[in-house]
Amino acid sequence: MKLQEFMAKGLLRESGIPVPAGEVAETPEAVAAIADRLGYPVAIKAQVLVGGRGKAGGIKVAGTPEEARPAAESILGMDLKGLRVGKVLVEQGIEIQSEYYAGLVVDRSHRSTAMIISEMGGVDIEEVARDHPEAIHRLSIDPAYGLLPFQVNAAIYQAGLQGPLREIAAIITGLAEMSQARDAVLAEINPLVVTKDGRAMAADAKVEIDDSALFRQPDLAQFREETADDPLELLASQQGLPYVRLDGNIGIIGNGAGLVMMTLDVVRQVGGRPANFLDIGGGARAEVVRKAIEIVLQDEKVEGIVLNIFGGITRGDEVARGLLEASSQLDLRVPIAIRLAGTRAAEGLAVLEDSPFVPAADVQTAAREVMSAIKDSGRNQ
Amino acid sequence: MSILIDQSTRVIVQGITGREGAFHTQQMREFGTQVVGGVTPGRGGTNAEGLPVFNSVHQAVDAVGADATCIFVPGRFAADAIMESAAAGVKLIVAITEWIPVRDAMRALEFARQRGSRVVGPNCPGLTSAGKAKIGIMPNYLFRRGPVGVVSRSGTLTYEMVDELTKRDIGQSTVLGIGGDPVIGTNFVDALRLFEEDDETQLIVLIGEIGGADEEAAASFIAERGGKPVLGFISGRTAPPGKRMGHAGAIITGGEGGPEQKVAALRASGVEVLDTLGDLADEAARRCPNKTVTQV
Repeated sequence: MKLQEFMAKGLLRESGIPVPAGEVAETPEAVAAIADRLGYPVAIKAQVLVGGRGKAGGIKVAGTPEEARPAAESILGMDLKGLRVGKVLVEQGIEIQSEYYAGLVVDRSHRSTAMIISEMGGVDIEEVARDHPEAIHRLSIDPAYGLLPFQVNAAIYQAGLQGPLREIAAIITGLAEMSQARDAVLAEINPLVVTKDGRAMAADAKVEIDDSALFRQPDLAQFREETADDPLELLASQQGLPYVRLDGNIGIIGNGAGLVMMTLDVVRQVGGRPANFLDIGGGARAEVVRKAIEIVLQDEKVEGIVLNIFGGITRGDEVARGLLEASSQLDLRVPIAIRLAGTRAAEGLAVLEDSPFVPAADVQTAAREVMSAIKDSGRNQ
Repeated sequence: MSILIDQSTRVIVQGITGREGAFHTQQMREFGTQVVGGVTPGRGGTNAEGLPVFNSVHQAVDAVGADATCIFVPGRFAADAIMESAAAGVKLIVAITEWIPVRDAMRALEFARQRGSRVVGPNCPGLTSAGKAKIGIMPNYLFRRGPVGVVSRSGTLTYEMVDELTKRDIGQSTVLGIGGDPVIGTNFVDALRLFEEDDETQLIVLIGEIGGADEEAAASFIAERGGKPVLGFISGRTAPPGKRMGHAGAIITGGEGGPEQKVAALRASGVEVLDTLGDLADEAARRCPNKTVTQV
């Protein structure tokens, strides 16, 4: 679960990391009131989960009360890369001397967490890694011992950071502690700034919490709805179904993440465009299959559905019963082809005889069936 | 031979009294696995599936001995279950459980490593040595004993792969699901190393997916140390960056984990990467003169 900037900064503040004074507002009036309280200049920052907010016009600086209101009006309600801005963070302006980077990521190959420190902050760290790999300093955090003070010290000197080094070290240590306590799988401060008056603070922050650990982060779990960037993804996740919206017109449902990914690839290979990824998982019951169809059909772009089921633990006849349930309870407004193989596939296909579902021997055929049915219905209109 | 398990492996099941644990214990025994007991705290002294249940792994190991364990306990307790088995000296720990917090998984894997235990998973279907034994949840009927070793990050794709092989009368030595999480105990390189040393395995099938750089690491290993032919497949080739595709580990981030790099790295190391599992099975059939082993 990705957190918005103001939530991420809230977590940093809890860990004793200095952040600019600021508050969240949802109306231009509230923005003006906060700005008056903080004193000018202020930064007004759109709270949406997209990168490159500044370039897209989602961050503005207001030097006077006269500037604050129009700036707030232009940002609140704007469309930022497909997301509507409903909230802004109003922050006291800071005068920046230098911009650094500090971030924690899951280091998959070392099965541990890595701390990355760079003297090049304020820009996309992936670009730094590509164009200036020598400016990236990585240290591995031992899962048994955590981040050790000598590591932080050595990294700061190695990276060539300047300024209030003790405060910078405290920020880096605080970031690691927050990340550990809050089950962050990504926690970055970018930029970590040194101000002209010699203070170190987190000017921007990005935090992603481990979805598997939300059970022990109840205060963060409640933001789930607020942080979801897609209503259908949220609805599906509430039903325990991994769903990802894509930009095509063919809905995809399958059992098992790898199998669904492969199905997307095959549909593409035969010239179709997948509308989504939806995994009903292993051992799915009829009810889950019905729910999956219901979710996929809620995407108005969907003009056909390809189902790909390989029964291992999942039983073909159980899936078929779910499909019949769906056809009696829902308006199946689009053609649906199914490739059913594995455990009790023959029984499942027998159940589906005389149903609106089109059986197919393989995914390629299923995709072609759906694509030609979509074409035909287009012709008839 | 085969890798990691065979008919002599003594297996306990952690979470044997749960729905999944009970069902798969029964399935494993039908396959021929020597399941010798189970663990569910608070249920010690009872029986499940006709097997003795113990309150702790230590008790189970003392009473019945165990070379391996299969873990079905829920995500929030599973890391502790891994560490419990490692502390009790169980050398092979197969963690089926999905949704183990990453931080817990890191700690448990490090704990197990320091005690010399191998972990397979988490979030995996387990492993099967065809005609001998299986630990985990792979469907029993798929397998046929033979020369192909299979290693995969995905459960259902593994089943589909084995099905394609068996349909062509090509048997398998061991089929290993390493799991779909970002942090796992046994990776592709570990699996390749084991298959290279296994007499029965003549051909290796590697099924990767987007996310991380384990396929690239496998490619380096194959280029430097590989001897046996490897056929590859990568799923998620049309997946968008930044989106988690079902598996917690299947995500392209920051220029890492994209399918093109993986396919290119594998091809550069001499791996033939196929576009469909059917094509892969056809190629395996072409390359394997001795396709199956008659069971004795």
